[in-house]
Amino acid sequence: MELICPAGTPAAFREAVDAGADAVYCGFRDETNARNFPGLNFSREELGDAIAYARRRGAQTFVALNTFMRAGHEGLWYQAATDAVRLGADALILADFGLMAHVAETYPEQRLHVSVQASASNPDAVNFLVEAFGARRVVLPRTLTISDIARLARQIRCEIEVFVFGGLCVMAEGRCSLSSYATGKSPNMNGVCSPASHVRYRQDRGDLVSELGAYTINRFPRDEAAGYPTLCKGRFDIADARGYAFEDPVSLDVMDQIDALREAGVSALKIEGRQRGKAYVAEVVSTLRKALAATPEERRTLLARLRLLSEGQRTTSGAYEKRWR
Amino acid sequence: MNAGKRTLTLGPVLYLWEGEKWRDFYFRIADEAPVSHVVIGETVCSKRLHFTDPYIAPVIERMVAAGKRIVFSTLALVTLERESQYVRSLIADSPYPVEANDLSALALLEGEPHWIGPLVNVYNAATARVLARRGAGNVCLPPELPASSINEIVSHTPGVDFEVLAFGRMPLAISARCAHARAKGHIKDNCQFVCKDDPDGLPVKTLDRQSFLALNCVQTVSFTCQALLSELSGLVGSGVSRFRLSPQDCDMVAVARLYNEVLHGRVDAEDGLARSRQIYPAAPLSNGFHHGQEGAAWIARARNVAHGANA
Repeated sequence: MELICPAGTPAAFREAVDAGADAVYCGFRDETNARNFPGLNFSREELGDAIAYARRRGAQTFVALNTFMRAGHEGLWYQAATDAVRLGADALILADFGLMAHVAETYPEQRLHVSVQASASNPDAVNFLVEAFGARRVVLPRTLTISDIARLARQIRCEIEVFVFGGLCVMAEGRCSLSSYATGKSPNMNGVCSPASHVRYRQDRGDLVSELGAYTINRFPRDEAAGYPTLCKGRFDIADARGYAFEDPVSLDVMDQIDALREAGVSALKIEGRQRGKAYVAEVVSTLRKALAATPEERRTLLARLRLLSEGQRTTSGAYEKRWR
Repeated sequence: MNAGKRTLTLGPVLYLWEGEKWRDFYFRIADEAPVSHVVIGETVCSKRLHFTDPYIAPVIERMVAAGKRIVFSTLALVTLERESQYVRSLIADSPYPVEANDLSALALLEGEPHWIGPLVNVYNAATARVLARRGAGNVCLPPELPASSINEIVSHTPGVDFEVLAFGRMPLAISARCAHARAKGHIKDNCQFVCKDDPDGLPVKTLDRQSFLALNCVQTVSFTCQALLSELSGLVGSGVSRFRLSPQDCDMVAVARLYNEVLHGRVDAEDGLARSRQIYPAAPLSNGFHHGQEGAAWIARARNVAHGANA
């Protein structure tokens, strides 16, 4: 199975390649990709250099153009696709049908991957994208169990890539407007979720309160470590219950299931984290590279070390495990 | 307002209502509500299908007799084999147009006239044209879209009727996990249909007691109620021809009558808003998405602000 690694900066990109990534995915420095954060991503020149660097070392480069084109401004996305193709991207990761149609028609030879943001969660959906746009690979939404994936793999005509490590969307990806409901900025339209521009921390009666837009997302007593107010990882009151309504502040780790994923027919394992620093990327990629080749026992030791890097140091198998639902 | 055609569509009931309540709701809609189209059928959770199954036939019969045009809804999230099978057989057997709410329905509907629901991502005219070529005749745009995008899409996609959510709590997210069951100490596979206890959604408040969201099974909806009344005339001017009313647990016949009056210029939008607040007092109104702001926001009409009237 291929290891697909994130890069938010040219430095992280080189670290990922050096640490053994089969492919690195990244995006341009604008709203055409779903990690449109200040200080992240690539200029055209940086992407060209990165692709060349990867190629010299036998690694591929996937370019994420995985937001939805803003009506009337489609040219920004079309130009990004043109530039990514010109610079030699090995695959474009797309979510928007309009953009997929454009790429399939304009660059029929270009390898097209379906972004997790497209929310193709079943065989009819995936085969539609294969037939309509020539998709060669689908990144599956984090809504499926491993047995769902195995069943799907038998019925579709393209490769499967799944997220195995890093941040975890609780909601079906590409179908969530929670962030824009609170801030006006969304993953689909702006490439951001719970953006830092709308985050505020304040002290209140001994608690640290984290806010997103006008809303309190969490309160941390003095003895509790505070986290970033990602909307779906907040604490809320529901009827008489108070707590993490959607998901605890955990991150995804299913590396202990890689044999099952391989057997299910998965071609590529994806690491989330384009917003992470180069040290994190280097550590995660090199450890997971080793884990892929290790025996199950060795793998456990390797992965235990990695858990320390995870958000809140707690991890989950998410939807891959049926009980999570 | 323009003389262009404009009608109301009743969206599917997104919540789990007891079978008889569901049936009686639709009977009354058939008899009294000025809506041209009724989108009907389970949209949120495949586990709920048996609640309404026994009542679908009599409801459809009553609707058709009343001259309503029926459109069948489909599931928003299809992951299980039985869910795929359900969508396939629904599409194969339906004598009425079907509304796609996920990519599987979209795939299966190619070549026949169909509808696209608000849960399919149509953010630009290029996408709308792809769908139109495949047979989509009516597209209900995602609630997140600002007016500028709606204008642009409608004006560059000929041959499609466009619809906008004008009333109801906005669908914001859907998950494989059931937060509603989780809030009541269950998991999805053993949910005991607790969402039935909250026919208008289960409110989610912040730790500072701000009303924020509502849970509806695996779906999360806004706490606020989308209310595009002042905006109707502008939307008709842009070429939007249908306005969707999403059922809440309130007098939806009164909602339909009110929107119909405002849509046809017989009631002023400001009066309409005041009446709307009386008909559905449970949720504050919002229209922020339409104005390019946060979805929960309420943006008063610009000219009223400018003149300081009705502020």
